[in-house]
Amino acid sequence: MFDLPTIWAGLLALAIFIYVVLDGFDLGIGIVFPFLKSDSDRDVAMNSVAPVWDGNETWLVLGGGGLMAAFPLAYAVVMPALYAPFIIMILALVFRGVAFEYRWRDKAHEKIWDRSFFYGSLIATFCQGIVLGAFVQGIEVDGRAYGGGWWDWLTPFTITCGIALVAGYALLGATWLIMKTEGELRETAYRYAKLSAVATLGFVGIVSLWTPFLSPEIAERWFTFPQLLFVLPVPTLTAILAVILGWGLIKKKDQVAFPTSIGLFALCFLGLGIGISPYIVPRAITIQEAAAPDSSLLFMLIGALILLPIIIGYTAFTYWVFRGKVDPEAGYH
Amino acid sequence: MLEALDAVLLARIQFAFTVSFHIIFPAFSIGLASYLMVLEGLWLKTDNPVYLRLFKYWRKIFAVAFGMGVVSGIVMSYQFGTNWSVFSDKAGPVIGPLMAYEVLTAFFLEAGFLGVMLFGLGRVSNTLHFTSTIMVAFGTVLSATWILSVNSWMQTPAGFGINEVGQFVPESWIEIIFNPSFPYRLVHMVLAAYLTTAFVVGAVGALHLLRDRQNPEARTMFSMAMWMAAIVAPLQVVAGDFHGINTYEHQPVKVMAMEGHYNSYPEGAPLYLFGIPNEEEQQLDLAVGVPKLSSLIIKHDLNAPMKGLDTVPDDLQPPVPIVFWSFRIMVGIGMLMVLVGFVSVFLRWRRKLYDAPLFHRAAMVMGPSGFVAVLAGWITTEVGRQPYTVYGHLMTSDSIAPVEAPAVAASLIAFIVVYFTLFGAGTLYILRMMNKTPGEGPPLPQTPTRAAGTTQLAAQRPDLLPAE
Repeated sequence: MFDLPTIWAGLLALAIFIYVVLDGFDLGIGIVFPFLKSDSDRDVAMNSVAPVWDGNETWLVLGGGGLMAAFPLAYAVVMPALYAPFIIMILALVFRGVAFEYRWRDKAHEKIWDRSFFYGSLIATFCQGIVLGAFVQGIEVDGRAYGGGWWDWLTPFTITCGIALVAGYALLGATWLIMKTEGELRETAYRYAKLSAVATLGFVGIVSLWTPFLSPEIAERWFTFPQLLFVLPVPTLTAILAVILGWGLIKKKDQVAFPTSIGLFALCFLGLGIGISPYIVPRAITIQEAAAPDSSLLFMLIGALILLPIIIGYTAFTYWVFRGKVDPEAGYH
Repeated sequence: MLEALDAVLLARIQFAFTVSFHIIFPAFSIGLASYLMVLEGLWLKTDNPVYLRLFKYWRKIFAVAFGMGVVSGIVMSYQFGTNWSVFSDKAGPVIGPLMAYEVLTAFFLEAGFLGVMLFGLGRVSNTLHFTSTIMVAFGTVLSATWILSVNSWMQTPAGFGINEVGQFVPESWIEIIFNPSFPYRLVHMVLAAYLTTAFVVGAVGALHLLRDRQNPEARTMFSMAMWMAAIVAPLQVVAGDFHGINTYEHQPVKVMAMEGHYNSYPEGAPLYLFGIPNEEEQQLDLAVGVPKLSSLIIKHDLNAPMKGLDTVPDDLQPPVPIVFWSFRIMVGIGMLMVLVGFVSVFLRWRRKLYDAPLFHRAAMVMGPSGFVAVLAGWITTEVGRQPYTVYGHLMTSDSIAPVEAPAVAASLIAFIVVYFTLFGAGTLYILRMMNKTPGEGPPLPQTPTRAAGTTQLAAQRPDLLPAE
């Protein structure tokens, strides 16, 4: 039942989900960054993620490295298929990553690095949405290589996914700021959290309704009778979480909105998984076909089972050290 | 066909460009993380505030360098797929798990504890903070260990089979990880990283000594750096020699290119100090060499016969001029480093280490030498592996992704523009920070007390708080 490729597909999905949540809120802060009112608000917003952003982005490296290691064929097909969005995403991440240090080192050009942080975050997020959309809509495969054209990834559906993810990450970023800050910055965060919550839920609806029309195979999973009973909890829970999120934002419960938003992401992720499995390159290559030999998977699994709990442990420790509302006076700069 | 060839060349240039930029930052941060660990340890042991000021001084520089290393590293982890997807598909089952281990054991460790190291002083106990610094330093070395195992496997593959779809499949992980060239390459690279950092630290110390010979921070860092040069540079020569012998054993063609041996020498091969490799005629023009020295160095026998490139078909030879020259640049710099180390010991013995402006100027000139040597060394070994990606088993031209030349060219241009702009700015900021006199700022209390709790600490030692 649970053979090595399936376990690895699950572990990779987990790694990607952790990445989406963790880098999601810190990319989200980049997206709402220019809308913050004062320089000191921007300082605090950036300092709220400065100690953790490297760690967050490491999950992306694990996603890429893990895909290559566990499913080399999938990696070899997906990367050339999504050549442009991946390259642009990586470059955008460079722009925002360097801003964390540079903006403190060069006060004369602070505005340039603020822009680098914003556009870098925005474009990286948009490209991740495109990658996600292109992945769901399917990738053409020829033999052991990508068989489609260079612009296959650019469709109305993928663009919609790109915008949807921008809204979603903005929601994570704004609700993180609600949890981590005080005063006027918290008020601003509430305003943008509400806006992005409405946008996110709207896009979740649109993408969810659109996806089944991309392929009869997906539609069958969602709209035929016995399966329907298994998948129905996903939209139901989504609706419940949406209500809790709305309540938390209106009643200003600082600790509610962020975890609820993560919950929403988890459900969307699950919904996506339902549409995709058992493929790793949708409707072209299955998990089993792409898997590396068992000897590779087993060797890695031993390490992952020992190391992942340790990693999660010390990552949690770092978050705990920097817990609570951010002190506007703190920061080592 | 011509177009495919262009894409291969462009993809090679792109990989060479992005990896060369990337290696600069780890080469520096591996050494600097260990240096920070030593500084913090000395501060905790001696209570001497000079060490704390130096720790804070270099920590800021480390943060910028490390950030650049992280973002340029993300590029690498995706470049395998975008441009070299066939290589990834084939070699993934062997090298993928090693890289996954690098992420799991090293990257998370570095990134996880970096936050505490940068922002945690005053928030957590000194012991916990020092532990975090140790973890960051340990993580950088561990990361080097895994990635050098990967690279070494590509140079001297072992412990694998090939399955029906042409993938390399692991048969013995011990043989894969500890492949024949790995121990030599690892030692050579880690020492190179330490030397690179030592010469940067030494140059910064020298700069501030030239401005003020009494500056205690400048004296301390210069002295520490020169000890490193004096001890590690000669060790590196020995390590390099072992590495060379190992290369001759497993990749003799690379050594032929390094040595400029177009011809075979049945009665002892000369060591060429200078020459201009002539690929057309397959000979070394204007060669100046010491007879039989190459045989002595590599085979420890003056008359040992050595084969030359005349025994290797043209299409299996690496580009000789690049390998020949980059090797000479690396060795030349190594010799200069040894010289600096010797002179520093002499000056220290004469008690003139801090009063030798000419030597301080020389140390400043040598500041970036480690980076040049590291790049030259990597060019030697990587270009010397050509025309293979997995030596002897997978040709570079068979490793490329099905990408078209315009796509690779466009992304190459984007990388060049972005890297030069952003990493140029970062380098400028690092140089500015190095230009600031160490030890300036609010004075520290003369006899620091160790406080147990963070709040107490904040009250008693405001200078320890993260804010500066």
